[in-house]
Amino acid sequence: MVEKIYDAIIVGAGPAGYTAAIYTTRYNMSTLVLGEEFGGQMNIDYEIENYPGFKKIKANELMQKIHDHTLSLGAEIEADIITEIKHDNIFTLTGMTGKQYKAKTLILALGTKRRKLGIPGEEKFAGRGVSYCATCDSNFFKDKTVAVIGGGDSAFASAFILMQHAKKVYIIHRRDEFRAKPVVVDSMKLNSNVEFVMNTNVKEILGEKNVTKIKTDNPNRQEIEVDGVFIDVGVIPNTELMKKAGIHLDKSSYIQINSKQETNIAGIYAAGDITTGSAGIKQLIIAAAEGAIAANSAFTNTRECNHKLEGGDCND
Amino acid sequence: MAIIHINKENFEKEVINSDKPVLIDFWAPWCGPCKMMGPVFEELSNEMTDLKFVKINTQDEPELAAQFQIQGIPTLSLIKANKEVDRFSGFAPKPMLKQKIEAMMKNI
Repeated sequence: MVEKIYDAIIVGAGPAGYTAAIYTTRYNMSTLVLGEEFGGQMNIDYEIENYPGFKKIKANELMQKIHDHTLSLGAEIEADIITEIKHDNIFTLTGMTGKQYKAKTLILALGTKRRKLGIPGEEKFAGRGVSYCATCDSNFFKDKTVAVIGGGDSAFASAFILMQHAKKVYIIHRRDEFRAKPVVVDSMKLNSNVEFVMNTNVKEILGEKNVTKIKTDNPNRQEIEVDGVFIDVGVIPNTELMKKAGIHLDKSSYIQINSKQETNIAGIYAAGDITTGSAGIKQLIIAAAEGAIAANSAFTNTRECNHKLEGGDCND
Repeated sequence: MAIIHINKENFEKEVINSDKPVLIDFWAPWCGPCKMMGPVFEELSNEMTDLKFVKINTQDEPELAAQFQIQGIPTLSLIKANKEVDRFSGFAPKPMLKQKIEAMMKNI
C-alpha cells in the first residue's frame, strides 16, 4: 500500500485547526486534521457573544457548525494523539494508536489545557465533586454549595452558570483583586448567593465518597463546607511534543512564531492559543484568524515546493 | 454491538440482571466532552465485547444519576453483579480510554 502524503496535516481540532483546514481545503490541498478533543476549549465554554455574525450562540453549537463546515469541504478528520514528529524531507507523525501520518507541511494548533491545582483530593474527587466544566456539571449541584477557584473571566463565567443552580457560590481567589473584567465582577457582587473569599489558597479537598469541604491557608476561613469545587485557574500550552521536535518555545512554553505563523522549522506552522502570536490574546476569533494565516503560509510553501521539482525536498 | 439506552424501566433487566459486566456512560446533551466521548464509546463497544456498553442520559434520568451519585459528566461506571467496581470521569481520547477501561476491568 502506498502511504498517503497529505499536503497539510493539522494537529489539533479546535477553532484554529478547523479554520486552517477550511482554508487549506479551499486551496485544494489534501488535508488531514488530527484531533485529541474535537472542539478544543470550545467544548467547555458556555456561550459565545463576541464572534461576528452571532450575537449570542452556545459554544458547542458554533463548534458543530465549524466542524460540519470543515467536513463539507473534504478535509479528513481523525482522532489520535501525536506522540512523535519526525522530519525527513517530509514530516512523519506517529500517533498513540500506532498509526503513522505523512505530510508536506504541518500546522500545529493543539491549544492549551486546563491547569490543575495539584493539591490533595483534586484527583481523588474528580467526578465526585471536583469539576473543570461548569457547563457540564452545574446541574448536579442544584441547591448545593460550591466553590469556584480562580479569579479570571473563565472563573466568573463558571460562577455565573453555577449561581443559577446552587444555593451558594464561593469565588475563592489567591490575590486581593480579580483579573476578570470589572463589569463582570461588579455584576456578580450584586448576587446575594455569591461570596468572594480573597487572598486565599485552597490547600486540600476533603470528603468521604464525595466532596464535603476544602481546607485553605486563610486563618479566618480555614475550612469551608462545600459539595462541589470548580477549578478555573488558567491554562498551559500543549507543547511537550514540540519541545522534543526542536520547535522553539518561549519561556512559558508557547510556540514562537513570526507574522506568517512560521515556527523555526521550515514547513511547520502554528496557530491559535498555543502560539505567542496576536499579542497573546486567547480568543476564538484570533485562533481562527491565525489558522487562516498558517494555512496561507503552508499553501505558499507547498506551491513553491511542488514547483521546485518532483520528489525533491520540500522544506530545504 | 448496539448500545442500549437505559431508563428506569429497563435498568433492572439490562444493568442489574446483566450476565456480563456493564459499562455505563453517564452523559447529557449540553456537555461538550460527553459529545466527544459518544463516538469513542461506540467504537470501543465493538472492540471490547466482554462488556455490555450502555448509556444513561442524566437529563432524562435524574433519579438514576442521583442513585449513582453522579456529580460530573462524562463518567464511565463499571458495574458487575449490581455493584460498582470502579468509575472514571472526564473525556479521554480512544487509546487512553481503552487503557483506563482495561485497568478498571482488572478490579472485577
